[in-house]
Amino acid sequence: MGRYVARRLLLTIPVLIGASFLIFAMVYALPGDPIRALAGDRPLSPAVAAQLRAQFNLGDPLLVQYAKYLGNLTHLDLGTDFHNRPVLEIISDRLPVTAKLTLVAVFFEAVIGLVAGVFAGIRRNGYFDNLVLVSTTLIISIPILVLAFLSQYIFGLKLGWFPIAGITEGWYSYLLPGLVLASGSLAYVARLTRTSVAENMRADYVRTARAKGLPHRTVIMRHTLRNSLIPVVTFIGADIGALLGGAIVTEAVFNIPGIGRAVFDAVRGQEGAVVVGIVTLMVFFFIFFNLVVDVLYAVLDPRIRYD
Amino acid sequence: MTSSSGYISSTPALEPNPTAGPVLEVEDLHVEFRTRNGVVNAVNGISYSVDQGETLAILGESGSGKSVSAQAIMGILDSPPAVIAGGGINFQGRDILKMNEEEQRQIRGPGIAMIFQDALSALNPVYSVGFQIGEMFRAHRGTSRKEAKQHAIELMDRVRIPAAARRVNDYPHQFSGGMRQRVMIAMALALDPRILIADEPTTALDVTVQAQVMDLLKDLQRDTGMGLILITHDLGVVNEVADRVAVMYAGRIVETGTVDDVFTRPAMPYTVGLMNSIPQVEAKGGRLQPIIGQPPNLARIPSGCPFHPRCPMARTGAAAAPDRDCVADLPPLRVVTVGREAACHYSEELLNG
Repeated sequence: MGRYVARRLLLTIPVLIGASFLIFAMVYALPGDPIRALAGDRPLSPAVAAQLRAQFNLGDPLLVQYAKYLGNLTHLDLGTDFHNRPVLEIISDRLPVTAKLTLVAVFFEAVIGLVAGVFAGIRRNGYFDNLVLVSTTLIISIPILVLAFLSQYIFGLKLGWFPIAGITEGWYSYLLPGLVLASGSLAYVARLTRTSVAENMRADYVRTARAKGLPHRTVIMRHTLRNSLIPVVTFIGADIGALLGGAIVTEAVFNIPGIGRAVFDAVRGQEGAVVVGIVTLMVFFFIFFNLVVDVLYAVLDPRIRYD
Repeated sequence: MTSSSGYISSTPALEPNPTAGPVLEVEDLHVEFRTRNGVVNAVNGISYSVDQGETLAILGESGSGKSVSAQAIMGILDSPPAVIAGGGINFQGRDILKMNEEEQRQIRGPGIAMIFQDALSALNPVYSVGFQIGEMFRAHRGTSRKEAKQHAIELMDRVRIPAAARRVNDYPHQFSGGMRQRVMIAMALALDPRILIADEPTTALDVTVQAQVMDLLKDLQRDTGMGLILITHDLGVVNEVADRVAVMYAGRIVETGTVDDVFTRPAMPYTVGLMNSIPQVEAKGGRLQPIIGQPPNLARIPSGCPFHPRCPMARTGAAAAPDRDCVADLPPLRVVTVGREAACHYSEELLNG
């Protein structure tokens, strides 16, 4: 197992290099002049513009720019934005915010999704199952933008249960955005769990467990649930990776200064170094949580063995 | 996951001193599947009994209701759609169907146990075999996890799994087919059940292993005195191990008797057909005689004798005796000679001619 994890971690290095180059190339290919955009309406003297271009290597060809970027990376210098703010500082500023939002979202996703899915799956086609089916279909079909504004209006503005925006009230201010962010995945987890549990309820080994005279609770908790969790764990693991990449819409609606907002602003300003730094980090998270999922597989299912 | 308090049970549903008479009596059992496309009559009034130490073979083709009736006894029918529509199942003189769920649960394992056809799918892939065998002790006797494992090792020894102590923590997929079936047997026998139902225990195994597993079952039965219900379509296995045989067709028992009687002088044309379809060493090179036609659709069982569309002896109209029209009159299961019952209007002709 240890060797397997080490090999997988080593494999992330070429993936990250490739990903960062692709992102670099895409930012390079964006139309427009970032220095002109930076200046806005104010006139910019050609001398200052040239100096800025030189500072950020904007005059160099793509490959030279990328090589210089990699060179700086070797001593952990991720570059700066156009206001000379280090990218590393931006990340360490924004990442905890997104991490908190992700944690809240995954909590809702796992707890509500799993519980709803398990009960729906145990009594398939029952009243609760149909309730879950209808509500999850509804949630999945509403765009997150609508859901975000709607919940902000109802729970934040009209009822006043949650702060309307911002993160000034600590963890409490993350609850509503977290729930909105989780909604789609939550519905998906519920459906996935429901199908998996319903399928396992008919498995031969569940029939055996009942024939052994085990109490109903043990049959469900021990012989149905654990086997049903495998696909759900896969999904949640991959979803953590995706959520850590930031939720641009949710962060924008609820005015949360997370990674998603940062990358959105950086793309608009064509701040190459910022975009590449953050997106490469996202790619890393995604790969890392997929690895965690693969390791968890072997824990949940002894038939899966690495090495 | 589960607290140990959920496990303690003293099994009051099990009588310490069983009353005399058969351990298990099934009376006029009806099971139907209520599906969207109509009612499927899987079991239509079967009755049989099993004594201590006796082996009853239930023989029949797929869909004859033999497994469904066993699942009804175990209380593991998939319901819905399956419903026990009538009858009784007396275990040591008490009707299981009238017990509450908790009493029924306490009988499963210590009273009646079951082994299934495909041990690979019938064992949970994510738990070790020792854990799954030990669960019996933990669920019914409140044994600690550690002690349960010790019991599991002893049981694995008893079913002759080599190096039991070393293999107790292995998972089902790490065993061969025959060894897996032994694990199933060990699990079923853990609490010394009075009745063991074996649902095609050797069908998924290759021939040499089949014989070993049947020998093991026979030995264990001799040691424990349990009654054995052997569900199978393997006539060879029946011939070797069973005392009595019940032949099922379309959810009914159509013939019962000792194995010798039924095999040498069948009293029902369906049984005759079964016997004719056995490959014979003497008839090597010749063609096997199949039973022509298809098994009946259980949602639309033919009128009269369910076997009449496939029966070479079927008589109807002027050819039939009064009230014995194979197309119109359902033949009851009746005594045809001493110790034998058959459900055919014309059994005597078969027996005497």
